[in-house]
Amino acid sequence: MKKEIFEPYNVSDNNFEQCVKCTICTVYCPVLEVNPDYPGPKQSGPDGERMRLKDPEFYDEALKLCLNCKRCEVACPSGVKIGDIIQSARIKYSKSKPKLRDMILANTDIVGTMASTFAPIVNTAVALKPVRKVMDSVLKIDHHRMFPKYTGLRFETWYRRYAEKKQQEFKKHVSYFHGCYVNYNFPQQGKDLIKVMNAAGYGVHLLEKEKCCGVALISNGLIKQATKQAKHNVEAFKKSIVDKKMPVISTSSTCIFTIRDEYPHLLGVKNEEIRNDSELATRFLFRLIDEGKLNLVFKKNYKKRIAYHTPCHMEKLGWSIYSTSLLKMIPGVELVQLESQCCGIAGTYGFKKENYQTSQEVGKPLFDQIENSKVDFVATDCETCKWQIEMSTSSKVQHPISILAEAIDVESTMKLWQK
Amino acid sequence: MKFDNIIIGGGLSGLTCGIKLAEQGKKCAIVSSGQSAIHFFSGSFDLLGKANGEEVTNPLESMKSLPENHPYKRVGLDKIERLTNDALHLLVRSGLNLNGQADRNHYTLTPMGVMKPTWLTLSDFTSFDQKDSFPWKKAVILNFSGFLDFHTLFIKDGLKKFDVHAQIKTVSMKQFDAIRKNPSEMRSTNIAKEFDKENAIEEFAQKANVLSDGFDVVILPAVFGLFNKTIADKLKEKIEKPVLLLPAIPPSVPGIRTQITLRERFQELGGTYLLGDNVEEGVFENGRLLEIRTNNHGDIKFEADQFILASGSFYSKGIVATHDKLYEPIFGLDIDGDSNREKWFDEKIFNDQAFMHYGVKTDQKFRALMNGEPVENLYVAGSVLGGANPLKEGSGAGISLLTSLHAAEQILK
Repeated sequence: MKKEIFEPYNVSDNNFEQCVKCTICTVYCPVLEVNPDYPGPKQSGPDGERMRLKDPEFYDEALKLCLNCKRCEVACPSGVKIGDIIQSARIKYSKSKPKLRDMILANTDIVGTMASTFAPIVNTAVALKPVRKVMDSVLKIDHHRMFPKYTGLRFETWYRRYAEKKQQEFKKHVSYFHGCYVNYNFPQQGKDLIKVMNAAGYGVHLLEKEKCCGVALISNGLIKQATKQAKHNVEAFKKSIVDKKMPVISTSSTCIFTIRDEYPHLLGVKNEEIRNDSELATRFLFRLIDEGKLNLVFKKNYKKRIAYHTPCHMEKLGWSIYSTSLLKMIPGVELVQLESQCCGIAGTYGFKKENYQTSQEVGKPLFDQIENSKVDFVATDCETCKWQIEMSTSSKVQHPISILAEAIDVESTMKLWQK
Repeated sequence: MKFDNIIIGGGLSGLTCGIKLAEQGKKCAIVSSGQSAIHFFSGSFDLLGKANGEEVTNPLESMKSLPENHPYKRVGLDKIERLTNDALHLLVRSGLNLNGQADRNHYTLTPMGVMKPTWLTLSDFTSFDQKDSFPWKKAVILNFSGFLDFHTLFIKDGLKKFDVHAQIKTVSMKQFDAIRKNPSEMRSTNIAKEFDKENAIEEFAQKANVLSDGFDVVILPAVFGLFNKTIADKLKEKIEKPVLLLPAIPPSVPGIRTQITLRERFQELGGTYLLGDNVEEGVFENGRLLEIRTNNHGDIKFEADQFILASGSFYSKGIVATHDKLYEPIFGLDIDGDSNREKWFDEKIFNDQAFMHYGVKTDQKFRALMNGEPVENLYVAGSVLGGANPLKEGSGAGISLLTSLHAAEQILK
């Protein structure tokens, strides 16, 4: 018998017709549970879509309360792209204009460039209570929120100065999409990535010019700008992947999810040529090890009890298994897998004054799990999850790549492939 | 990525099979395309409720009259009794509290107000020995104001046949004001989430105690204990009269708790549960399935020594029917079903529909057939197997549980 491919017949551009009204998605929506003003994924997604197709007036501005966590899509037994339907509806029908606050939060690139230029001043200023009160009352950025510190030496600058030259010494090469957080706030994560990849025998290169993936622009309704940046990034990725045959890896689960899936689904930016070779560093490393092309040697004295938190977009990608598998390879690591729950921050969502309470209530079950887990620290692949967990629990958070960087015996690992 | 066993499908069959194999030390993965049909669980696992149109009292005995191609017959009636015990013990080890036995059906009251024979019932619900009597004379049916998924009039009408006087009353509590604001979200799982927080149970029990004054039994929708596993027991302690919970419209609160309990058991045994992923194809060589490719994992393929297909029937797209053909969408396995569309269905909707009996063709060892030849290491379990009409027979859960255990035993041999 010839294999048939199942292709559902849909009249609409999305696949809301596949919804069988089972309501399973509503069980797993983290927002609905704490904020009844949100109509829930079924009503906001496939049910609402049918109404909106008849008359756009049925669009409900409450759809902005969706975190875009995609947990509804993971739960859906019928494969309905519920999260995409909701986000597309916001893009198509929302009449609310982004506020100044939204533009500041969304433009991580521009704000990051400015803030890191004046890092000491900015860091001191935004940490001051009076400044946070003013940001709270004028900009509606919640005063409970601490901005991540800006670095005085951006990752890109550090790379050009101290790392670039050495990368030519390797036989194999990858490009690194570092994202805004690594560049403006936490270059150490990028340095750790280079350390691990170099140990594995790969030279690490930057893209010709990367721009912010645009996830915050999309969620704040700045679609034109997001689309422009998406097109720019796809071209930059093509230069690496197609022209130079260098895959692109990243350490941010949300950046890579946005580039792989949100570009085509929400922005209509085609990415077929680059999608398969754009991935997370943990998946890239896992593949090498799985195929027997890489062996990592670990330090004997590294002993930690670590809890792994699955970020929502990691849950959607289904890729947490790569990060946890790598962590489990470290002999001294005792890994606690936390039940996969949303931390509530959802990028810029939780920074907004009107969302602060929802954000913290959504995250509470996860915070309780972490406090009860008695671990040395939490590991996760998402930078905004890291902020939220560090702001809301007593635990520190590290990226799996940074953990590897600390646990790997670099010289012994390199000797294995240098032979 | 290498596993000992990979199971396609994360419902009752897939989880049972995965738990059994993981208990025996196998490194297992389950790939599930979304949350499973256990979310629609009524609270009872049926083994055999009807055979040849007659209600069954002893399922093990009545199985003898089933057709030869029925999954129970194909597993072998000599093995079935042992497998029913194994299934019960596996579920209990996983943390489910169940009542019932395989050689004598008990009864549960349905939300339509009728008694239905079944095998194992979650301890949330009440099991009855008799189908034609109800142990109480006066019943109060309590519902939540604004909750549309509990159809009290059906229950009241049904109870009339048992000479029971039933009265319907509603309860309002401020804890539910927030979810009531949105009529489409006033559903059982959201009510359950409020009770889970433990700040509504005390007040609710007090109200129930007042409203049930003068009645013998309190009938409530089963909206207790979604993620909180102790709340249903607390409720029964706090309400003075006997409490009879009845299923509400799905998603089912006890069902979701059951799914979570089984999934956690599988994971605690070291199993990998991949949710929201689809198996797209398999790589076959010399009659063996070597590896599968999934949507999320792309070029990183999953290898295993044995695979189990537990992908469900039409509803879960384990098999698909289009206007002109039937097929198994993952591997293109052989289908046991009529190629002539005219024969798929009977126009009288309540008749035994032929399509309900369709499924993947297997050999005697429950290995899938592909182009007429068995795939050496691909076993089939649960409702994707043909040969039964679970709806007519009341046999769905039994077939899922027993064929999965049988498949696991083939692998463990």
